[in-house]
Amino acid sequence: MYKNSLIPFITIVIKEVCRFMRIWVQTILPPAISMALYFVIFGSLIGPRIGTMNGFDYIDYIAPGIIMMSIINNAYGNVVSSFFGAKFQRHIEEMLVAPIPNFVILAGYVTGGVVRGFLVGAVVAIVALFFTDLKLHSLSIMIVVVFMTSIVFSLAGLINAIFAEKFDDISIIPTFVLTPLIYLGGVFYSINLLPAFWQTVSAFNPILYVVNAFRYGMLGESDINITHAFIMLLVFSIVLFGISLQLLNKGVGIKS
Amino acid sequence: MSALVIKNLKKTYRNKLTALKGINLHINQGDFFALLGPNGAGKSTAIGIICGLVNKTSGTIEVFGHDIDTATNVAKSCIGIVPQEINFSQFETCLSIVLNQGGYYGIHRKVAMQRAEKYLVKLGLWDKRHEYSRDLSGGMKRRLMIARALIHEPKMLILDEPTAGVDVELRRSTWRFLIDINQQGTTIVLTTHYLEEAESLCKNIAIIDKGEIVKDTSMKQLLSNLNKETFIFDLIEPIKTLPELTGFKAKLIDFSTIEIEIKRENNINALFKILSSHGINVCSMRNKSNRLEELFLNLLDNNSKTD
Repeated sequence: MYKNSLIPFITIVIKEVCRFMRIWVQTILPPAISMALYFVIFGSLIGPRIGTMNGFDYIDYIAPGIIMMSIINNAYGNVVSSFFGAKFQRHIEEMLVAPIPNFVILAGYVTGGVVRGFLVGAVVAIVALFFTDLKLHSLSIMIVVVFMTSIVFSLAGLINAIFAEKFDDISIIPTFVLTPLIYLGGVFYSINLLPAFWQTVSAFNPILYVVNAFRYGMLGESDINITHAFIMLLVFSIVLFGISLQLLNKGVGIKS
Repeated sequence: MSALVIKNLKKTYRNKLTALKGINLHINQGDFFALLGPNGAGKSTAIGIICGLVNKTSGTIEVFGHDIDTATNVAKSCIGIVPQEINFSQFETCLSIVLNQGGYYGIHRKVAMQRAEKYLVKLGLWDKRHEYSRDLSGGMKRRLMIARALIHEPKMLILDEPTAGVDVELRRSTWRFLIDINQQGTTIVLTTHYLEEAESLCKNIAIIDKGEIVKDTSMKQLLSNLNKETFIFDLIEPIKTLPELTGFKAKLIDFSTIEIEIKRENNINALFKILSSHGINVCSMRNKSNRLEELFLNLLDNNSKTD
């Protein structure tokens, strides 16, 4: 077990972490800068004119969503670009010829995405401290939410990379699916502001649960039931893990 | 013991292209085996299936007695693969590529480091260990793939055209290295376009064409089937016309060079006597082409005619 699973797992994780740390200017710095701009524009400039949202200063209200937005984008982006890069350069074959169980390959890549998610989340949180005092309602809930969210979006990134055949294919989903879902997922507003119909539509957006669960961890306030959010995250994790493993077992996108 | 047993292996790709039409192959432990065939014959497909890079349509493969379907990981542990195309990350150093491969095979970092040093030194890459792989020359990249394939010290090494595009000196040193590890017990399966390479290195040979094995025999046996060879004779003094050389098919290439086809039943001494009787003196002679190349082309030609 140690020889066939743990050593390969550690190797993949170290390789993945080294990969994104080697190009930190492309992976760690951009979210810090773009999220700082969100805090400046929406928090410091527009925020005071908006006033409060569900009883919190606007900048405090959007801070959890902005941190989660960077975590989601980076967990997804890390795995989709790394796995597709391995396919494109064909060094995925280094793993395919080795006696590594597919779940270990999967776990290795997802862990890489989770590590980057945590790291970027921490950097953005530090940036946020320059603009507001972050509140900590429940640190354990925050950590669990970041962990599960990173897993879900790393898995989604992996599935995207498995099906991708060219570089365009790894930017289509983030641009046309992920970004709209994030912006409509309650990062900048409470869904209570929406008409009833759009509140119902929003309930199908998985990012709504992520953002609200993390907001609950920071502020103790959420548009949705926190237990409900955790169940949704767990279901998404299990379903996406099952799909990813099945695709790897069948060799979809990686074997002829 | 059998190193590799392939039974009725078939592969049809999604585009309906049938790459393998049910091949059978048996390679013994310790063998130095050549798998030859023209481009698109099915060599790389067969190797891809053995190594787990290509899904087979049907058939069975056993590696040192381990079925690749039921004992996949044990079978994979027995194989080292050097593919035709460069397939390592261009953004990593030589050492990290080899060490990571060790990690994928479950080898502890300390042991992997010792082996990496051993093989990178043997293949002349130790000085380049901290350089990015993209900065290596073509020949060095191929040798890096050999070092990577040996990190788990496999029982069988499969090399898919390992010396393609490599200069003569590097090719010869790679041959010496392969002979050395074969003598230490590693079974070697080699595909190559350099037939001289196969003839020099390999004990047994299979020729594959259009997804079928058209010949599977020992190199010695195959070469004994050669019933004629073409030689080039360089003359001491030039001649203007070629006289009749009774019993031999000959043609004048230029005033100082003759090409003569010599059949197995011909006596080469008789040829020299005839040449001498015409006042033709030879200063050197050589094969027009590699002996295996003549056989290889004949076999492919025969296979085309039977289609």
